[in-house]
Amino acid sequence: MDTNELTSPGYEIPPEAQGTVAITTIDRIYNWGRRASVWPMMFGLACCAIEMICTAASRFDLSRFGMEIMRPSPRQSDLMIVSGTVTKKMVPTIVRLYNQMPEPKYVLAMGACASGGGPFKEGYNVVSGIDKFIPVDVYVPGCPPTPQALLNGLMKIQEKITNEPTKTARWYQKGEDQVSIPIPILGPDLIDPRKIPQIKNHKGS
Amino acid sequence: MATLAPTQTLDLTERFPSAVTPDARPGYSGWIVNSQNLVEFAATLRDEFGYDYLSSVTGVDYLPEGRMEVVYHAFKTTGGPGVVFKVQVPRQDPVEVPSLISVYPGVELQEREAWDLLGIKFVSHPDLRRVLMWEGFAGHPLRKDWKEPYFEEDVKPLKNRWPEGRIVQAESKNPFGDNVAYPEGFDPDESQFDPEKALYDSLRKCQVEEVGLKSDHLLVNMGPHHPSTHGVFRMAVILDGETIVSLKPVMGYLHRNHEKIGERNTFLMNMPYTDRLDYLTSMSNNFAYALAVEKLMGVKPPERAEYIRVIMAELTRIANHVWAVGFLLNDLGAYFTPMLYGQEERELILDIFEAVAGSRMMCNYFRFGGVARDVTDNVLQKIKDHAFERLPRKVDEIERLLADNEIIRSRGIGQGILTAEDAIRYSAAGPLLRASGIPYDIRRADPYSIYDRFEFDVAVRQNGDIYDRMMIRFDEMRQSIRIIQQAVRGLPKGEIQAGRPQYTVRVPAGEAYGRVEGPKGELGFYIVSNGKPNPWRYHVRAPSFINLTAFEPMSVGQKIADVVAILGSIDIVLGEVDR
Repeated sequence: MDTNELTSPGYEIPPEAQGTVAITTIDRIYNWGRRASVWPMMFGLACCAIEMICTAASRFDLSRFGMEIMRPSPRQSDLMIVSGTVTKKMVPTIVRLYNQMPEPKYVLAMGACASGGGPFKEGYNVVSGIDKFIPVDVYVPGCPPTPQALLNGLMKIQEKITNEPTKTARWYQKGEDQVSIPIPILGPDLIDPRKIPQIKNHKGS
Repeated sequence: MATLAPTQTLDLTERFPSAVTPDARPGYSGWIVNSQNLVEFAATLRDEFGYDYLSSVTGVDYLPEGRMEVVYHAFKTTGGPGVVFKVQVPRQDPVEVPSLISVYPGVELQEREAWDLLGIKFVSHPDLRRVLMWEGFAGHPLRKDWKEPYFEEDVKPLKNRWPEGRIVQAESKNPFGDNVAYPEGFDPDESQFDPEKALYDSLRKCQVEEVGLKSDHLLVNMGPHHPSTHGVFRMAVILDGETIVSLKPVMGYLHRNHEKIGERNTFLMNMPYTDRLDYLTSMSNNFAYALAVEKLMGVKPPERAEYIRVIMAELTRIANHVWAVGFLLNDLGAYFTPMLYGQEERELILDIFEAVAGSRMMCNYFRFGGVARDVTDNVLQKIKDHAFERLPRKVDEIERLLADNEIIRSRGIGQGILTAEDAIRYSAAGPLLRASGIPYDIRRADPYSIYDRFEFDVAVRQNGDIYDRMMIRFDEMRQSIRIIQQAVRGLPKGEIQAGRPQYTVRVPAGEAYGRVEGPKGELGFYIVSNGKPNPWRYHVRAPSFINLTAFEPMSVGQKIADVVAILGSIDIVLGEVDR
């Protein structure tokens, strides 16, 4: 939203206040502020994390998007960049971190592995994509995606934020505002608590 | 190229007439030791023959022959070829082999890995827990009769993914539609899961007698999500106040089943996977794997390819070391400023990689008997500018920025000491070993490729503390620049690939161990071929993983804040630790 658009909104403004008063909708100004200060979680899983660090460093400069403040704590971050292969041993931690993030929160699956298992999909310790457990907003393809590709993915997140109506957003509604996902269990293999009935059924059959 | 000791020059059967026989299988070398005599044999090998450095331990599952084999590679830190010895045991439950931890303490993590993945039980190992998978996981995945949930066929290329033109995905064949499988009759409600119990028990075992005032001990977990663990590494520590009483590294959070996938792939298909081992140094990883397979195939790359390989491997070393120094400084609290200096140089080197290989990080550039693409004159000019103009200046600049900084000196000097004896005992490799005063560099000790033609010094520092481990990286970068300068001058014209490049290579049956001096230390690939298009066994001797064996002895007695710096000075990459 550029300044011109803000200061000449098409409404009748008294001449003495023209150029100093801006009229807009709550949604637009609020989302404009929100999208320009997305704080990603400082959270690297594998190779993609290196490209994520490169994106944050001087050459590609994530701070142009207001995203240079990477928070190591999930409680201070808005965006989880799942940067690398999600393994069965790691996925309980990732789900726990996701549950700890405050709303509104976004997830970006960076690279082939986080999106669907990638080259390691057939491995016995690999989860075929983080979207088996947590909802993903943007998928960035590549192995690893270049910093430019990650930036493009982050701009997609910004686009999504821009178009989110405050009125209907889930996390501004009354009542329980947090969707928490049951933590997977490490048994003889990874157990998704949501699938326990299915596992028991299978035993019966 | 790392050549193993030929049977003729070293006659161990004379010393051990009843316990040792030469390995006579075609394509194999070394010695087969009786399992009862193993510890005695290893102690003699170390004390009488001078093989003080046990670099690699791994197991091989010979399912058709019905036996398991444990393979050891030992070397002398004074240089020269190594010796390989094996123990064969029948493939029955349990598979038991005596542990060598009393002779070579560096086997600790490697034996745990062999137990975890192959189910080889090392008798008298004090802490034989799973290391990469979690405690309670069903089965030992690298056994040849163990099938993963997405199992389709034993080897690739898979015959038919598109029956009648319709794509079939692995998910559709699995009863749960996911990458999971449970034992027969498994009921999640009737089972108890506690994957952490064994770890905490083992931590508490190491507690020492209390002296003086009684104080409570505190158990702290750092990681797997922690900004200073360089990825998904986790350490569980017991603290007395701020002092470390006991520490256990916990890994496997990035265990991507490299070896299992690698044993299904064809030989060439593994090349891009090696990129993803230590993802900061893909060229070096390619190098070691190419060397191992070339040794089996008996091909030799043409001159130009050899020079290009050396240039790329040394550029990789510089890119890795600026990154390592930058991250060590991050861990010491200099948040991101020194990192940015290093990053700038790394980005410029990555530009060169992108120009020759097409990718910034995952280069996939080496081929068996050559390299994938030629280096153009433009790129060569860029490398020259770097090697002769920019890099020497920049390495000096970063060193000037850091070397005399008061904080770095006071936190680095005398902290996290690893003595020379311990470094050898714990099989530490690379800068970690050389910073402790052992001038052991495979490029000199057992030259491979064309390293014997270049003039360079083996960087070595004497104190073995955090500061020396940082400074040795500057020394190594300078030597790498020297090598690149000589290689660029000597780069001949000509072919870059021996013979025609081919997708499926014929590899004769046998075994080979190819190793290079990677930026993190000795990177080795142990490959067993049975003449088929796929390796029978594909094992990675990962320097980051084995260097962590020395992490606990270095850290006990230090403060918790220093442990972060000690870990930073080892320079690990989780892709390689966990594979």
